[in-house]
Amino acid sequence: MDNLLSIITFIPAVAAGILALFGRGQDAAAQRNAKWLALFATSATFLVSLFLLAGFDPANTGFQFVEDGEWIMGLHYKMGVDGISVLFVMLTTFLMPLVIASAWHVETRVKEYMIAFLLLESLMIGVFCALDLMLFYVFFEAGLIPMFLIIGIWGGKERIYASFKFFLYTFLGSVLMLVAMIVMYMLAGTTDIPTLMAFDFPHTDMALLGIHIAGGVQTLLFLAFFASFAVKMPMWPVHTWLPDAHVQAPTAGSVVLAAILLKMGGYGFLRFSLPMFPVASDILAPLVFWLSAIAIVYTSLVALAQSDMKKLIAYSSVAHMGYVTMGIFTANQQGIDGAIFQMLSHGFISGALFLCVGVIYDRIHTREIDAYGGLVNRMPAYALVFMFFTMANVGLPGTSGFVGEFLTLMGIFQVNTWVAAFATSGVILSAAYALWLYRRVVMGELVKEALRSITDMSRRERAIFAPLIAATLILGVYPAFVTDIIGPSVKALITDYHAALPAADATQVAQH
Amino acid sequence: MATIILFAPLIGALICGFGWRFIGERTGQVIATALVFLAAILSWIVFLTHDPAQTTHTVLLRWIESGSLGTEWAIRLDRLTSIMLVVVNTVSALVHLYSFGYMAHDDNWKDGESYKARFFAYLSFFTFTMLMLVTSDNLVQMFFGWEGVGVASYLLIGFYYKKPSANAAAMKAFIVNRVGDFGFALGIFGLFYLTDSIRFDDVFAAAPALAETNISFLWGEWNAANLIGVLLFIGAMGKSAQLFLHTWLPDAMEGPTPVSALIHAATMVTAGVFLVCRMSPVYEYAPQALFFITVLGACTAFVAATIGLVQNDIKRVIAYSTFSQLCYMFVAARVVVYSVAMFHLFTHAFFKAMLFLGAGSVIHATHHEQDMRNYGGLRKKIPLTFWAMMIGTLAITGVGIPLTHFGFAGFLSKDAVIESAYVGNHFAFWLLVIAAGFTSFYSWRLMFLTFFGESRAHGHGHDDHGHGHDAHGHDDHGHGHHEPHESPAVMLIPLGALALGAVFSGMVWYNSFFGEEAQVRSFFGLPAAVEHSAEGKAATEGEHATDAAPEGEAAAADGHATEATAEATTEAHAAVTGEAPQGAIYIGAENHVLHEAHLVPKWVKVSPFIAMILGFLMAFQFYIRRPDLPGKLAESQRPLYLFLLNKWYFDELYDVIFVRTSKWLGRFLWKRGDGDIIDGSINGIAMGIIPFFTRLAARAQSGYLFHYAFAMVLGIAALITWMTLSGGAH
Repeated sequence: MDNLLSIITFIPAVAAGILALFGRGQDAAAQRNAKWLALFATSATFLVSLFLLAGFDPANTGFQFVEDGEWIMGLHYKMGVDGISVLFVMLTTFLMPLVIASAWHVETRVKEYMIAFLLLESLMIGVFCALDLMLFYVFFEAGLIPMFLIIGIWGGKERIYASFKFFLYTFLGSVLMLVAMIVMYMLAGTTDIPTLMAFDFPHTDMALLGIHIAGGVQTLLFLAFFASFAVKMPMWPVHTWLPDAHVQAPTAGSVVLAAILLKMGGYGFLRFSLPMFPVASDILAPLVFWLSAIAIVYTSLVALAQSDMKKLIAYSSVAHMGYVTMGIFTANQQGIDGAIFQMLSHGFISGALFLCVGVIYDRIHTREIDAYGGLVNRMPAYALVFMFFTMANVGLPGTSGFVGEFLTLMGIFQVNTWVAAFATSGVILSAAYALWLYRRVVMGELVKEALRSITDMSRRERAIFAPLIAATLILGVYPAFVTDIIGPSVKALITDYHAALPAADATQVAQH
Repeated sequence: MATIILFAPLIGALICGFGWRFIGERTGQVIATALVFLAAILSWIVFLTHDPAQTTHTVLLRWIESGSLGTEWAIRLDRLTSIMLVVVNTVSALVHLYSFGYMAHDDNWKDGESYKARFFAYLSFFTFTMLMLVTSDNLVQMFFGWEGVGVASYLLIGFYYKKPSANAAAMKAFIVNRVGDFGFALGIFGLFYLTDSIRFDDVFAAAPALAETNISFLWGEWNAANLIGVLLFIGAMGKSAQLFLHTWLPDAMEGPTPVSALIHAATMVTAGVFLVCRMSPVYEYAPQALFFITVLGACTAFVAATIGLVQNDIKRVIAYSTFSQLCYMFVAARVVVYSVAMFHLFTHAFFKAMLFLGAGSVIHATHHEQDMRNYGGLRKKIPLTFWAMMIGTLAITGVGIPLTHFGFAGFLSKDAVIESAYVGNHFAFWLLVIAAGFTSFYSWRLMFLTFFGESRAHGHGHDDHGHGHDAHGHDDHGHGHHEPHESPAVMLIPLGALALGAVFSGMVWYNSFFGEEAQVRSFFGLPAAVEHSAEGKAATEGEHATDAAPEGEAAAADGHATEATAEATTEAHAAVTGEAPQGAIYIGAENHVLHEAHLVPKWVKVSPFIAMILGFLMAFQFYIRRPDLPGKLAESQRPLYLFLLNKWYFDELYDVIFVRTSKWLGRFLWKRGDGDIIDGSINGIAMGIIPFFTRLAARAQSGYLFHYAFAMVLGIAALITWMTLSGGAH
C-alpha cells in the first residue's frame, strides 16, 4: 500500500465528514449511530495502523512509507514515518477507540462531540507523519481547534476561560514558530523536512540590538520553535494553562490532551530542534535541563497542595514531561530513548489516571478530593485499577513508567549530576503526592453519605482499562518492543547531531 | 529449578488474589501456601546441592536496552543467593501457615467481608518480589525487587485500610523507602557512567579500577568506589531502617503480626545487608564508605536501643531489637567479613521471625492486646508460646557455653561478629558489646513483663490504651471472656519449626560461615586461599601477590603491616581488570580478619556473654525483684523518659522539616508562583485579553462557535499560503 499513511490519517476525517453530512437529528438513535460510527472509524484506524507497524523496518533509519505529491500553490504534501514517529502514530490510533468508548455516556451534542474527536485524531496523526514544514504547521495548529471546542463546549463551569487560555498560550507560541519557518524557507529554499534536517543552518555568533548571541541564527530559530514546543509540552514556567484546561475539559478531552497532544512538543524537539539546530541545542541544553529539573520538583510540590483531583494529575503530567525534555537534550542514547519511552508510557498512564477520575466524576459529579474517601469498600475493582496506575505513575519498576524515568535519569547523570540529583528527587515527591491522593480518595472508612450507594466499575469501564493495563505492564516487563523500534533511529539522530557540532564539543560529549 | 522457586509465589499470588472468587477463599489460601512451601523445599535442595564454585546465570527475558545499556530478567544462582532463598522461602512458608490461624478471625472486618485471600496474595506477592531482589543478576533487576518489596510492604502495612493509622504508616514506609531508593538509583546511574554496565560481573571486574577513579558528583570530586558505596548504602539505609531513614519501621507494626515476622525480621530489612554483601567486591575497595556504614550502624544501634528500653508495645520492642541486630550485620560487613554478616543474617531470620510470631501468638491469645503493661503472668496460660518465646529470647541474647561452639544460634553468630569486630575495629567491638547488654536487657524485660509476675489484664481495659479497636472477637467460639488461650496448632507448628532453626542453625553452619578460612572459601565458592591471589591471568603480578600473602599473614598477626600488604595486592588486582572475581562474596587476599578472629584473647570471646548476663540481671532486678523501680526511674528522669518514649522526637522533627514544609512550599508555589507571578505578571498581557474574549464568547452561542472554528481553520490555511508565497518571493 503506497498511501498507507494517508489512509490512516484520513479515515477518521472521512468518518467525521460522513457524520457531518448525513447525521441528522439529536434523538437517541442518531446519537447512538454517531457513537458507533466514531468507535468503528477509530477502531478501523487502529487496525489499519497495525499494518504500518508490521511493515515498518526498524533497521532502516530513514523515512518509510513516504508519500510525496504536489499540494496547493507549490507546497508539498509529503508524509513519512521513521523510528521516532511511528510509535506516536500507534499511540494515537491505540488510544482513540478507548477515548470514544469513555465518552459513551455524553448526551449533549453527541454528533458534534464525535466529529471533534475524529477530526482531532486525523490532525494528530498528521502531525506525526508530516514531512513538510507547512503541512506540519497546518496539522499542528489545526489540532488546537477541535481541542479548543471540546473544552469550550463540553467542559466544566469555567470552560470559556480555560479554553481561551489554552488557545492563546499555544497559539502565541506558534506565531513565533511560523515566523521561524518562513526564515528557514528563505535560508534553505525548501520546506522539505528531511532536507532541512541535513541542512546546515548558519551558527556563527552574532550581535542583535547590541546583544551578543552565541550560535547566531540557529539560536534565534531554536528559540522560536522552543516557544511553541515548550508551551505544548508544557515546560515550566509556561505550564499554567494545562491545569486549567484539564480541569475544565471533559474526561475524554483530558485523556487526549494528556496522552497525545502534550507529546507533540516532545516530538517537535526531536524532529526539529535537535537535528536542525544542533549547535543551538548544545548551547541551550543547560537551560532546558534546569527548566526541566525545576518543573519536576516545582510541579510535584504544587501537586501536593492540590485539592482537585484533575489538577493534581495535571501537575503530575507537567512533572513527567520534565523528564522528557531533560532526556531529549542529553543527546545520548539513554536520554532520548528514555524520553520517547516516557512519552509513550505517559500516554497510557496519564490517560488512565484521567479515566480513573472520570469514573468517579461520572458518579458523584465532583473532582474535590475531600468529597471522597473509603471508596475501596464499595469499589474494589476500581481501587485495584487506580492503585495500579498510581504505582505506574510513580515509576514502579515492572511498569512502563519506570523505564522512561530510569533511562532519562541515567542519560542526564552522564551530562550533569546536579540536574540528575535534583530530578531524581522527583521520585520521592511523586510517591508522596500520588499515594496521598490515593489514600484520601480510596482508603479509610466509607463515611460520606453521597458515597453510600456508589457502584463499582461497569463492564464498559473495565473494558476500557484492560488494554491500558496490558500496555503498561507489557512495556514495563518487555520494553524491547519499543526500544527495538526507536533505537536505530535515535542512534542515527545522535550520530548526526554530534557530527554537526563543532569538533571540540563533539569529542567532549561523544564519549558515551 | 531456580525459575520454579522464583515464580511459584507469583503464581500463588495471582491465583489467590484474582482467582479466589472462583475457587473459594480457602482454596486460594491453600494454593498460595502450597506453592510457597514448594519453593521453600526446592530452596533447601538448591542450598544443599548447588555447587558453590559455579555461579549460574539463567536469562529469562530481555529487559531495558538502550545503546550500551543492556539488562535482562535473569537469575543469578550462587551461595549468597541460595542462602537468601532458604531464608526467604522458609520464613515465608511458615508465615503463610501461621496466618491460617492468626487471620482466621479478625474484628477489623465486618461479616461477609473477604480479606483472607487478599492477605495471602499480598504475602505471596511480597515473597516473589523479595526473591526477585535476591536472585537478580544486575542492579536494575535488584532495583525492581527493591521497589517491589516496597510496594508489597506498603500493601501489607496498610492491610487494615480502614484504620487511618495503618494507612499513614503504609504511606510513610513507602515514601521513606523511596528516599533510600533515590540514593540507590543515583548509585546505579553512577556505576553505569563509570563502568558502562550494570551487570554484577562487569561491575565487579571493574571494581579495582573504580578505586583509582575519581568522579565529579555535585560539588566535588570523589573517589568513585567510595561514592558508589555510599550512594548504594543510602538505598540500604531505607530498607534496613538505618538512622535517619528508620522512622518507618516502628510504625510498620500497624500491619498484621505475621507481616512483621516476614518483612521486618527475616527478609526486607535484611535486604540492605544483602546488598552490601552482594556488592562486596566494590565495598572491598571503598574503605570510607564502609566507615560511613559503621558509624551510621553504630548510631542506629544506640538510638534504637535507648528507645527500645522504654517502649510498651510488644511488637515495637522486638522491632527495635531488629535495629541493633542489623547493626551487627553491618559491622561485620564493615570489617569485611561478609560471610559473618550473612551468618548473622541467617540465624537472625530464624529467631527474630520466631519472636514476632511468638508475639503474634501472645497478641492472639490476649485478644489483640499489644501493650505489655496489660500482660503479666501469661507463662502458665500459654505455656507453649512461652517456651517458644523463651527459645527466641535465649537465641537473640546469645546464650551458650562460652569458649565452645555450643549454644543457641544467636550465640554463635553474634560472637562471630564481635570477635571479627575486635580484629577489625576496637570502637565497633565495644559498641557491639554494649549493644549486646542492651539487647539482653530489653529482651528479658519483654519476657518478664509478659510472662512473669501477676496478671495486669484489667477486664475491659483495652480501650484505655487505644487498642480497643484491635480487640479480638473470640468470644463467640467458646474461649470464654478475655481469658488468654493457647493458639491453635497451625500457629504453633511454625513456631516449633523456627525454634529448631533458632537452636540449631548456628551450630550446624558455624564452620561454613565462620570456620577455618578454607572452609568458608569453599562454602562461598571462592577459590582456595593460596590460589586466590593468583586468580588473575597476569602471572607475574599474581605471583607477587601470592608471595605477599603469607608475609602479610605473619605481619598482620602483629596487627600492623596490613596496610602495606593491601597496597601490594591492590596493584595485583588493578592489573586483572576485566575479570570478575569468582565466588559469591569477596574475601580479599589481604583480608585475614576471618583467620585472626579465631585467635582473639579469651576475654574478648567472653565479653559478649558477660554483657548478656549483666543485661539479664538488670532486667531481673527491675521487673521481677523491684517492679516499682522502672516507674520511679521514669518519674525522676521524666524529660529523658519522654524523650525516649517519643523516639527522640524524630517523627515530630521530620513532620516539621519535611512534611509541613513541602506542603507549605507546594501551596506557596501554586498560589504565589503559578497564580501571581506566572499568570499574573509574565502573561499579564494575555490575561488582559482573555476577559475580553470571554465576554465575546459569552455572547456567541455555542452553536456559532462551531462554525467560527471552521472559519479559523480556513483562516490559518489562507494565512500560511499567503505568507509562504510572499516569503518565497524574496
